[in-house]
Amino acid sequence: MKMPTDKVVVIPCSGIGKVYGALSREIAYELAERVRPDTVLLTCLPLLMIADEQATQLVTENPVITIDGCPLGCAHKCVESRGVEVAKTFQSISFYVAHKDHKPEGVAELDETGRKLAAIAADELAPVVDELAGGRVK
Amino acid sequence: MSEHEVARVKVGIVSCSGEEIPEGTISRLACRKVLDELRPGRTVTICLPLFIAAGQEERAFTAKFPTITVDGCAKRCAQRSTEALSGKPAASLVISEILCAEQCNPPVNRRNLTKHERMIVDVIAEKIAQTVDEVLS
Repeated sequence: MKMPTDKVVVIPCSGIGKVYGALSREIAYELAERVRPDTVLLTCLPLLMIADEQATQLVTENPVITIDGCPLGCAHKCVESRGVEVAKTFQSISFYVAHKDHKPEGVAELDETGRKLAAIAADELAPVVDELAGGRVK
Repeated sequence: MSEHEVARVKVGIVSCSGEEIPEGTISRLACRKVLDELRPGRTVTICLPLFIAAGQEERAFTAKFPTITVDGCAKRCAQRSTEALSGKPAASLVISEILCAEQCNPPVNRRNLTKHERMIVDVIAEKIAQTVDEVLS
């Protein structure tokens, strides 16, 4: 069990080949830069792959949200591979399923509709971040 | 075309994902530019964390293709992960080192890139494309 903390680590999919990977990353940036800039921290997913000490400490000491871009769940699996339990896990496509009027396009970078969907998703995730930051969810 | 013949004409590119740093965004965009515009048909890619999340086929990536790793910073996650889980890359590029050698100001944004940062993407993409040609020559 992690000690209560006021920070939450968000780790998105690292994919560069699919739109939902780009959507995952944009949701993470929205959370870290606009929605909860004082709470949400990002770390590079591959840093966990090379067992970087600082990145491992970050996910060990703080609750982690993963946002994956496809069912392979790389972000979730990479965090777990460090022996860390993920607090909450999401797939970015679920936000499109919930908002079918916002179909994202773009692989390297999202189009305007995709960025709007990312903003909506980040707003919807804000309560999840707040709950984890309050230490009420383990 | 057999699998071995494909391997002779294509290069695998493994990009740093670098969600935390601006150079990560530069790496992703530059690699996509090479894949989609500069060397389409001669390059393929794999998501770096797939080496952990997926199976033996993905881990044999470097056995099938000569590979170029593109890292955002000196921690060289892409190079080290590829070496550990798949095989030794044919070439390894580090964006921070290239920018230093080019005496180019580093990027500061992770998204909504400025004109200068878009120019950096182009410089790095050209460097990757040049390395693709060298690996295939």
